[in-house]
Amino acid sequence: MSELAMHEIDRLKENLAERAAAEGLIDVSYRLVDSPVGQLMLAATGRGIVRVAFAAEDFDAVLDSLAEKVGVRVLHRAAPLDAAAMQLDEYFAHARTGFELNLDHRLSSGYRLEVQLALPRIEYGHTASYKAMAAVTGRPAAVRAVGTACATNPLPILVPCHRVLRSDGSLGGYLGGLDAKRALLSLEQDPFGN
Amino acid sequence: MRLHGVKMKTNPPFELVVREHGPAVLRMCTALLRPGPDAQDAWSETFLAALRAYPGLEPGANVQAWLITIARRKAIDSLRARHPVPVDSLPEQAAPIDGFGPDGLFENAGLWDALGTLTELQRKVIGYHYLLGFPYAEIPGFLGGSAASLRRAAADGIKSLRKLLDVSEES
Repeated sequence: MSELAMHEIDRLKENLAERAAAEGLIDVSYRLVDSPVGQLMLAATGRGIVRVAFAAEDFDAVLDSLAEKVGVRVLHRAAPLDAAAMQLDEYFAHARTGFELNLDHRLSSGYRLEVQLALPRIEYGHTASYKAMAAVTGRPAAVRAVGTACATNPLPILVPCHRVLRSDGSLGGYLGGLDAKRALLSLEQDPFGN
Repeated sequence: MRLHGVKMKTNPPFELVVREHGPAVLRMCTALLRPGPDAQDAWSETFLAALRAYPGLEPGANVQAWLITIARRKAIDSLRARHPVPVDSLPEQAAPIDGFGPDGLFENAGLWDALGTLTELQRKVIGYHYLLGFPYAEIPGFLGGSAASLRRAAADGIKSLRKLLDVSEES
């Protein structure tokens, strides 16, 4: 297709998304943002941010899974994610230590959700062990389940699973890769960006 | 790439449907309507109607055939809005001819380019008759002239297309 035709399609797609939003026809809006830990995909429902994905997860696969779990009416639309994009920019620029966003936790349930809801209690610049999180959530023996809850966190960065480490201080795992986890932790250790 | 006939639990995200079929639907609307606002409106109405109905579409359905059906209807709506002519009902399925059925036409980007080399009259008569399914008797309501002259224009256009696309007369 010619560049002009691609431009025409892009404009038509944008108008379609606006009209669809006005008629309440969108289940999930999404957009991509650039960040120091690579490109991120942000997705939102009418209730709030439902998913943050790292490029390593394969964005098309994430869209497929959102279509299956939330609804097939998934469209690219930036506006509902502007606030999240801006707060993430501020976070990466050392100008923000916490997020003020509506989150939609519908992709998690049970103990995983409990753990994920408890994660923001670990403050910016601090870390906790998987074992400590198991204790905080009232199930001291559930260390492995805490690991699973962190590994399946649908809202990484916003819900700070990167602040959970092994008891010996080693990194454990991370959905976005260990480099991303290391980058987030060192960002938070250096609040003035020096 | 998705395979037809593979059983899926849900249909793909609508964004992928627009990405995959948006350009071809625009080519179809542009070939049938005036390029510009009319074709763009028909494109938008097609995908908005598709989006409304999408959650009810059977998983694994042939999305392309479904979109062509919707786009046909929107192109007909657009033509009728500009040419209010009494027509009994929506034309039924387009009458396919060999190598020129709606599916082949839709898929074949070369054919869309070839259509662009025909006269506007030839292109429109062929689109209205073969793709939208209007009988020749109803097409003068949109384009003027007589059914016989339009039939001749379509025949000339088809002959040029066959030559351009190297489709044998016998097939």
